[in-house]
Amino acid sequence: MNRAIRNYLVFLGRCSRIAFAGDWRYYAWMGVLTVFCLLGLNAYAKQFVHGLLVTGMTDEVSWGVYIANFTFLVGVAAAAVMMVIPVYIYNNEELHDLVIFGELLAVAAILMCLAFVTVDLGRPDRFWHLIPGIGQFNFPASMLSWDVIVLNGYLLLNIHICGYLLYCRYQGRKPAKWFYIPFVFIAIVWAVSIHTVTAFLYVGLGGRPFWNSAIVGPRFLASAFTAGPALIILALQVIRRVTAYRITDKALLTLRSIVQVSMLINVFLLINEVFKEFYSGNLHVASSKYLYVGLHGYHALVPWIWTAIAFNVIAMVLLLLPLSRSLRWLNLTCVLCIVGIWIEKGMGLVIPGFIPTPLGEMIEYTPTLNETLICFGIWAFGLLCYTIFLRMSVPILLGTLSQANEGRD
Amino acid sequence: MGDPQPTPPHPPTASPRALTRRSFLRASAVFGGGLAALAAALAPLRHLDDFPTLDQFLQKYYRELTPAEMERILRRIEAEVEREYGVRPQVRDVKPLTGVEYVYAHNLTRCIGCRRCVHACVAENNLSRTPEVQYIRVLRLPHGSLDMEKADHNYAPEWVPEPDHFYMPVQCQQCRNPPCVKVCPVHATWQETDGLTVIDYDWCIGCRYCAAACPYWARHFNFTRPSIPKGQLNPDMAYLGNRPRRQGVMEKCHFCIQRTRVGRYPACLEVCPTGARKFGNILDPESEVSYILKHKRVFIQLKEELGTSPRFYYYFDV
Repeated sequence: MNRAIRNYLVFLGRCSRIAFAGDWRYYAWMGVLTVFCLLGLNAYAKQFVHGLLVTGMTDEVSWGVYIANFTFLVGVAAAAVMMVIPVYIYNNEELHDLVIFGELLAVAAILMCLAFVTVDLGRPDRFWHLIPGIGQFNFPASMLSWDVIVLNGYLLLNIHICGYLLYCRYQGRKPAKWFYIPFVFIAIVWAVSIHTVTAFLYVGLGGRPFWNSAIVGPRFLASAFTAGPALIILALQVIRRVTAYRITDKALLTLRSIVQVSMLINVFLLINEVFKEFYSGNLHVASSKYLYVGLHGYHALVPWIWTAIAFNVIAMVLLLLPLSRSLRWLNLTCVLCIVGIWIEKGMGLVIPGFIPTPLGEMIEYTPTLNETLICFGIWAFGLLCYTIFLRMSVPILLGTLSQANEGRD
Repeated sequence: MGDPQPTPPHPPTASPRALTRRSFLRASAVFGGGLAALAAALAPLRHLDDFPTLDQFLQKYYRELTPAEMERILRRIEAEVEREYGVRPQVRDVKPLTGVEYVYAHNLTRCIGCRRCVHACVAENNLSRTPEVQYIRVLRLPHGSLDMEKADHNYAPEWVPEPDHFYMPVQCQQCRNPPCVKVCPVHATWQETDGLTVIDYDWCIGCRYCAAACPYWARHFNFTRPSIPKGQLNPDMAYLGNRPRRQGVMEKCHFCIQRTRVGRYPACLEVCPTGARKFGNILDPESEVSYILKHKRVFIQLKEELGTSPRFYYYFDV
């Protein structure tokens, strides 16, 4: 037992040491991310002192870019499942090892989600009120309490799966199936649940007709399964370029077909929603009008949403053409998907829900510089985490960091 | 990512972790620099003057406090308020009365839109003056329409009432099925037996989910530390009512709990110059509100279709 603990500690020690070692490119990249993290931390310290007044949020638009990013990133985290399904259900060999990279991305994305929710709290010092058993947990009535459970559960599941598989690889032994396969299947269902619950957070509000629509859940999943794998395609190519890890084009193209189908469904659901909103023409269309064409002379989001729609449609066409089988075009397509969906379901979903207010007032929202710096800081923190995870896992998968060569560093 | 080869070969005799003077200096410089950068990033925290004391941090949930604990907390709050405002307030924990369910009725025919209720509420309930928080929003609507999108929130004519318009004040509707209570992740807001939905300001985490859920825009957030000029503080306070709030928590109309639970009328009613506001116990068949709801031909529950079932009724003098 002691020996097992000692071995594990040695493994952790070596992993953390390797996170600080790399060539100049690695240091430059980590340095830039650290600078952004510190800028974000500084901005958050200001917010902590002066309150959410330093953001662009108001009583009228009481959620802003923090919750928008949170919503987007829950989708990214859920999308890890789109690599797991082909591997564990359809035994796709090409993607087998790559699942770990997807799940590590999910871990980083959930960490970012938790950070975004925390910076959105008015009283972060009271976070313990949310801990079941110690605080007062309004389960199952509040969808936010569901979200706390599913997000943290998903984080633990993915840490367990990745951690176990990597440790086995490090030790050079075969992972015991019973110790991870059941969790893989739980994680598949769980991934769908994190995004569904996040959608229900909005859908359950009868007083906000823009969100109170059954299609929000399916749209969340479709857009997540577009943007998530698109992000993974880009990440895998970076890994392929800067490490000796081999990733085949075929694996990337498998992911491309996932993005392709998801984007088609995503655009289809968007058309459904827009039709229902505008054709019936009842009073509840106000928020949609504000979003797509502007309302009573207010139209801050109009250029954004049309950019998003243009990006999504161009990406969809590119995905349908054989052109996007070439990696250069595929990368462009992925960037279009990610940016388009970030706008559409971040700002494009959260902000119009508040405009006009339930009493019909038109107050617009623009994030402040301080708020934006906090967002950049959290994204930098997430990328920093993901880079460190990869820095540890790539050598393990390559076999250059293993129990066999312990004591030689 | 860099070199995937993490274990460069060492001469077997050299100790791998031998600290040379140079590597030690370099490591110290990096570490020191990092620490300095972290300190610089956290520098704004020097201005933090609202950091919770240990007592405040560990304070239990309202509904779990024993009477003795409550007593201690009330005295502590009194001392805190006195330190900040120079006035010793009386803070009480007023409980709901049995056999009472409060209902508000508002006469749209009589309301002239003077907004006296708005300001009486600010003064009574110790609402922040800068930035100003208000529990009541008066809408000016064109004759004949309840479509809120046609409402003017910022009307400022020389005289009210104006022709071809009517006025509708909106505040917390004290719903029988309050969406805000359902969504709160920490039970910081709940409905009491007399129908009032209240907030434990010391338990709210400030997630603002209730503000998103409220169809009446009744919940208001303290985006920064509330400020009330000394001398304008109302020292008659209730724990779940008008005691000063802190930064980062939600608040809303509670039908002046500090007054109504001891048999007085809400401040907004007392100040109304036209008698448009009626308030009372719906369980008492002799009360004014019971009479109104029994005898007026038409009354309105705002956004009735949402199923929130407000205890705030609008009616007409016909």
